[in-house]
Amino acid sequence: MNLLAADLGAVVDWSRAQFALTAIYHWLFVPLTLGLGFIIAFMETRYVRTGDEFWKRTTKFWMRLFGINFAIGVATGLILEFEFGTNWSNYSYFVGDIFGAPLAIEGIMAFFMESTFIAVMFFGWDKVSKKFHLAATWLTAIGANLSALWILVANAWMQYPAGMRFNPETARNEMVNFWDVLFSPVAMNKFFHTVTSAFVLAAVFVIGVSAWYLLRKREERLARKSIKIASIFGLIGAVCVIWTGDGSAVQVAKYQPMKLATMENLQEGQTHAPLSLVPGVEIPSMLSVLAYHDTEAYVVGINDLIEGNPEQGILSADEKIKRGQHAIETLAAFKAAQKTGDTAAADSIAQLFDPATEAGKTFHNDYFRYFGYGYLQSAQETLPPFIPLIYWSFRVMVGLGIWFVVLFIWMLILEKRNTLGQKRLPLHLALWSIPLVYIASQAGWVVAEVGRQPWTIQDLLPTVAAVSRLESASVQVTFWIFAALFTTLLIAEIGIMVKQIRRGPSDK
Amino acid sequence: METLTLLQHYWWFLVALLGALLVFLLFVQGGQSFLFSIGKTNEEKSLMVNALGRKWEFTFTTLVTFGGAFFASFPLFYSTSFGGAFYVWMAILLVFVIQAVSYEFRSKAGNFLGLKTYDTFLFINGCLGPLLIGTAVGTFFTGANFAVDTANIGNIDAAAATISHWTTPWHGLEAVLDYRNLSLGLAVLFLARSLGLLYFLNTIDDATLCDRSRRALRGNAIAFLVFFLLFFVSILFATGWSVNPETGIITPEPYKYLHNLLEMPVVLILCLLGVVGVLWGLALGLFTQSRKGIWPAGIGTVLAVLSLLLIAGWNNTAYYPSLADPQSSLTIYNSSSSEFTLSAMSIVSILIPFVVAYIWYSWRSINRKRLTHTEIEQTDEKY
Repeated sequence: MNLLAADLGAVVDWSRAQFALTAIYHWLFVPLTLGLGFIIAFMETRYVRTGDEFWKRTTKFWMRLFGINFAIGVATGLILEFEFGTNWSNYSYFVGDIFGAPLAIEGIMAFFMESTFIAVMFFGWDKVSKKFHLAATWLTAIGANLSALWILVANAWMQYPAGMRFNPETARNEMVNFWDVLFSPVAMNKFFHTVTSAFVLAAVFVIGVSAWYLLRKREERLARKSIKIASIFGLIGAVCVIWTGDGSAVQVAKYQPMKLATMENLQEGQTHAPLSLVPGVEIPSMLSVLAYHDTEAYVVGINDLIEGNPEQGILSADEKIKRGQHAIETLAAFKAAQKTGDTAAADSIAQLFDPATEAGKTFHNDYFRYFGYGYLQSAQETLPPFIPLIYWSFRVMVGLGIWFVVLFIWMLILEKRNTLGQKRLPLHLALWSIPLVYIASQAGWVVAEVGRQPWTIQDLLPTVAAVSRLESASVQVTFWIFAALFTTLLIAEIGIMVKQIRRGPSDK
Repeated sequence: METLTLLQHYWWFLVALLGALLVFLLFVQGGQSFLFSIGKTNEEKSLMVNALGRKWEFTFTTLVTFGGAFFASFPLFYSTSFGGAFYVWMAILLVFVIQAVSYEFRSKAGNFLGLKTYDTFLFINGCLGPLLIGTAVGTFFTGANFAVDTANIGNIDAAAATISHWTTPWHGLEAVLDYRNLSLGLAVLFLARSLGLLYFLNTIDDATLCDRSRRALRGNAIAFLVFFLLFFVSILFATGWSVNPETGIITPEPYKYLHNLLEMPVVLILCLLGVVGVLWGLALGLFTQSRKGIWPAGIGTVLAVLSLLLIAGWNNTAYYPSLADPQSSLTIYNSSSSEFTLSAMSIVSILIPFVVAYIWYSWRSINRKRLTHTEIEQTDEKY
């Protein structure tokens, strides 16, 4: 036990590293699948409507790139799903009653749709009718995005636990309202923000590859038509990203104030809080506007959350830890009463965990909502690690996002003026935007996930209490195996993609 | 029967059905394990891989759905087994990751590792996938080394707040020391290989490959029968763990699985139909020129595995016995999700027949003809 306790910090770190590694690699492949699926479906719709073989050839070209990218996303997704159990076993039990359901529904509703129709999409060209094939392409795209819906609902629930109550009998959280889980404002916002950011990524990818053809004076019709479709699609996606990004800021301010404070590196809370563009350059009152849509609103700072701020009604982290400990100890008292057969005591304590009773409401507001803090030992542990990483990731995401909007509009203007391909600068910029869009996409997840540390479930379960009881050496071994494997496969994927693009659509 | 109890039985049935479908779909893995024996030339290997490649995603999707459904309906199992038998599950994941990419990458230019490496990945997945899954499932009957106490979550010392822990440092690898687990692993491997051969016979239009498949079937079918009988007979005579649904107390019961079969005649009939189906399918492949052996063998596999998993969890049985602390053993009662969650997911499960219907329709629409060398040469969409 002592050895395990001493190793706990390392187990948490390596488990987080392993999960982050898998998630990062997973998210290198998935967004292209989510967005490119719809772009292909638009193109094939044009083919079916016009009967023009050009659109079939164009569809097939992008479809081949879609296929190369698809498998590795599926493979890394499998690992992510099982890692909830292998590396976060306490978490799997503590919230499995709520968190497992979206994963199961994802499998039943989305994965089978995706994997069935993708086979028709690739192998059914000469075997099924044009309309059935087109339907299969659309259903593949919809299936992929539906699967994103369920996993993002699950992720959003971890950031904003809703639709559940704690059952002391089973010592876990249990779902009491499915619709509150599915349609929580955080879940809906996260879903649209994430999938539309994937549309932006796919659009930039298509524009970048097409730009390369134009620079080489190859496949000009395919490239121009692809740029037009991708720019419109990307612009629509970008508008949704901005809109839902605004929603995210409001929600983060409300439900995850520490995340917002670290995103801005805001040490002291203040009214008229400025938005930091980069260190030393600020827009006055802008953060208050973004977070509360009010120039005078008070934005909570890191020190408010660590030391407390009675004026603003904010408890100190030490106080939350004490209250969390009380909640945990109340659960322990319930379990002890059950063990000794003291049903009167057990029933009385159980009332505290029932939000339908007055005592339950008070206990929830005063103690249970800080349950997870009870596992932490110091106020410093409530701070996310690597604050500069969170701060800069946010700026990289937003800054690059603005650039992609400019790129889409620029491309559409050039296309409209019929000058696309005449100037090399925008084409070079478009090509070099491909790596940038992946960086922006990853940066978004860094903000969301590093920013919510130390929580696996906001305020209810920190990583230190969620992790499996393993030896850190075991997790290190699997970390390095996966790191080597994923990196090798990434090199292979890039190699194949580049070859396929160089070869072009004329290759049969 | 109370609603919660009914739902627990329903979800064990669904998880068992997914597990049974997964074992059938492991014919993809079984087929991959012949890449270096039946497939002599690159053209033959390509034909085999393309025949299997059109189905690999179903095996993969079923594995993912099996995991998701198990997590959602019996989270304590997910938590205990995955977090405890860490090395076993990680090994299973690893061999499936290398499979997924190999189909897509193997024949593409610029694939970095070369065709032979990806085919080796497929071969490794083909052998180890069924073997590891079968061995892991064996522990549903033979037990595993873990202890569970949900009260631990009420400990403010995070290091002591772990709900379940493994009691050996081998994290699941010790399962191979029990000959019954290993027998089931080998039985699943040779069953998957036999099904793979029957699938080749059904799908590939190539006399040489079909001839080799029929010849290979004999040895694999015999090996399957030997290991399966060894496992099945040893389980029927083994002592299982019975749970009192009122008190939750778990006690040993000699011949528990035999009793379960006799006390649940429908499951016994499913089991017998399954065994007949598998034997019929194998006989069609071995003793006739029929190419349709995969159908009775496949349906038989689903029925037989379903009945095996039902006797592991139904009839008040501990489906994951703990060797370290019998009272920690997992049953469908003490490890399930809440009534609300099981009900909500049950409503979603109404979609399953619809899903099966569109899978069936789509498969039929693209698999009307057997696969030939000519088709592989002419198509631009191949693995």
